[in-house]
Amino acid sequence: MAKKKLNKVRTLMSEQDAQERIHNFNEVALGYTKEQALLEASRCIQCKNQPCVAGCPVEVAIPDFIALIAEERFEDALSKVKETNVLPAICGRVCPQETQCEEVCAMGRVKGSSPVAIGRLERFVADWGMAHEDEAPVEDEQDIDTKVSKKKKVAIIGAGPAGLTCAGELAKFGYDVTIFEALHKTGGVLVYGIPEFRLPKEIVRKEISMLTDLGVKIKVNTIIGKLFTVDDLREMEFEAFFAGVGAGLPAFLNVPGMEYNGVLSANEYLTRVNLMKAYDSDYDTPVDKGQRVAVLGGGNVAMDSARTALRLGAEKSMIVYRRSEKELPARHEEYEHAVEEGVEFHLLRNPTEILGDEDGFVKGMEVIKMELGELDDSGRRRPIARPGTEYVLDTDMVIVAIGARANPVMTKNTPGLKLNQWNYIEVDANMQTSIPDIFAGGDIVTGAATVISAMGAGRKAAENMHKYLRGELEPPIEDEE
Amino acid sequence: MVTKIRSKRFIGSDENLFELVVDAPFVANKARGGNFIILRIDETGERIPLTVADYDQKKGTITMVVMAVGKTTTQLSKLKAGDEIIDFVGPLGNKAHIKKYDHPIVFVGGGAGIAPIYPQVKEMKDAGNYVITILGARTKDLLFWEDRFQELSDEVIITTDDGSYGRKGVVTVPLKEILQTQTIDHVVAIGPLIMMKYVVLTTSGKDGELPRVPTTVSLNTIMVDGTGMCGGCRFQTMTGDIKFACVDGPDVDGHDVDFDNLMERNSRFIDFEKKRLDEYHEQCRAIQKHKESMGEV
Repeated sequence: MAKKKLNKVRTLMSEQDAQERIHNFNEVALGYTKEQALLEASRCIQCKNQPCVAGCPVEVAIPDFIALIAEERFEDALSKVKETNVLPAICGRVCPQETQCEEVCAMGRVKGSSPVAIGRLERFVADWGMAHEDEAPVEDEQDIDTKVSKKKKVAIIGAGPAGLTCAGELAKFGYDVTIFEALHKTGGVLVYGIPEFRLPKEIVRKEISMLTDLGVKIKVNTIIGKLFTVDDLREMEFEAFFAGVGAGLPAFLNVPGMEYNGVLSANEYLTRVNLMKAYDSDYDTPVDKGQRVAVLGGGNVAMDSARTALRLGAEKSMIVYRRSEKELPARHEEYEHAVEEGVEFHLLRNPTEILGDEDGFVKGMEVIKMELGELDDSGRRRPIARPGTEYVLDTDMVIVAIGARANPVMTKNTPGLKLNQWNYIEVDANMQTSIPDIFAGGDIVTGAATVISAMGAGRKAAENMHKYLRGELEPPIEDEE
Repeated sequence: MVTKIRSKRFIGSDENLFELVVDAPFVANKARGGNFIILRIDETGERIPLTVADYDQKKGTITMVVMAVGKTTTQLSKLKAGDEIIDFVGPLGNKAHIKKYDHPIVFVGGGAGIAPIYPQVKEMKDAGNYVITILGARTKDLLFWEDRFQELSDEVIITTDDGSYGRKGVVTVPLKEILQTQTIDHVVAIGPLIMMKYVVLTTSGKDGELPRVPTTVSLNTIMVDGTGMCGGCRFQTMTGDIKFACVDGPDVDGHDVDFDNLMERNSRFIDFEKKRLDEYHEQCRAIQKHKESMGEV
């Protein structure tokens, strides 16, 4: 093949038109065609250092899988990704690649050039795999560790990104893995939180079915700490546990009026719409349908909520955020999508009071203008209220998307499990908790973070659980971070 | 993981109130008074919370008493023994705090709320308490489990709104009389919000005539997951704090609940609920008509 000059700019991915998509819940980003994928794969210069691999929480062999794409060996490319990432179709869609693998890509360091679109390529191979599922050869069991002679039973608590990844890795090691999930569907935030238009639930279902193909068993409607305690599970001969129960306990603001109808957590809003499918009239799920919706917060969850409100027919959907555009924690892509769709950004604004009508429904929100001061602990400039600048924002619904606290259901009912001052589970560098057979990872350890960091934790925990179960787990070195 | 209906029995001739027994052996092992469950009938159904009214570890069953008010509860009321629902999860929420009190305690159950006090009465009796039970129903026809309470409680007082059975009037009248004549260590009230509000007012000690008595109420709020995740069940305390019925309750200190706000919050989806119920009735009528035209009925 003749050596072609490298494209400096990444290959665009087609998207549903903004004006069209705000009237449906179909996926916004449409994925690469084969030609687009080949073109983009050819941009990877296969550099020696592989900074992208180190930038990935699950250390996907990125240059290797991209090289395989370039050779049109899509199936091999997918196997390469799956060596360390059991949920590639999901990660290809929701990972913040721009702050991870793509941020450190050598191509991005060249002036006027953009990094290789690693996430889009990952999505491409994963989707290719799903489309060609029937043709895939059945994997032989060679990889399974023969040291796990009798299949030991391990339990995963919570079927979110951390738990699913941990389960997949442990199944690959050859363990008898059961996931216990509190909700009636598997996927955690992937099914209740992230909207259909960003991550189709069919993709989640298919990717999880690949785990069950590996032998992972899933028990839904099973709350550990309530229906069974960890002790009960020990009696059922489970020998190690991974707690990935998430940070699901929504935070509300400490301002008057939080109790009005029409004020709800983003968790509730998104769960009603995503998990309970309130957007589909066949479903019995009620959901608040404001005409002028204000979303408090500036993260991905806030963007998801604001964009969902438009799709449910809101005339106006507003993000109210106390810092400026630069500090928005949301992925830039989500911010851009929200802007394209007509979401209004009321930046440097903070609510001081929610106003209600006589029936107890929201009729407005008083906000105050903010300015940025000195850097705070998070390294961002601290927002400071400007007294006397209060005014009333015309809104009839307020979605609170300011984060979550630690969910107590499992931790409270597991005596001896050491928690930190915010009630998150304490783990050492091996992801091991104060109870030796219990490991933990994801939001219940770190507080609200990303899908991929939870997956990274799940993977790391799986490796250490494997060591633990063979009696080979060494205590972490003190200074290790 | 489907759950089978063991039995369904209507209470009263208007077929609105019903007792439902389901096969749920693992839940039955763990459930205690105070807990609730969440169920979903079918794929397009809502998740609804229902308070546990009885658990039987031997039979592996959970009993609930439900008032058909919206589409889901009406649909539930039409199920019969052998039918299946797709989701049944529990036990959720905190168990009732059971202990031995020095003086008698009073349980007040109103309407469908008569049922969930039953397991608590049972557990409080097992703990050695002297228990006085007040049961309130709209009319005699809607009173249930009187025999069970007669067997367990040291005293049972019955009130009906229309005077068709027991004393005519509301539950707070006999409660007041009891508080006037003897020392009561604790009151537990479960029933409609308005009833709990007035029980709490009666035991608040506010009028200066009656003593303040610690009072537990059970909050049946709107919720989705029941595990603390959605915050839909939140209620405001008298000091303005926000608490979650699912993980902080459902049994909570009644003197700390802003009932007026809770009543507003529980009417949050009232228009949608009414529309959905009307559509369901319409559907049922159409199916019935179709069956008749096919000569099936």
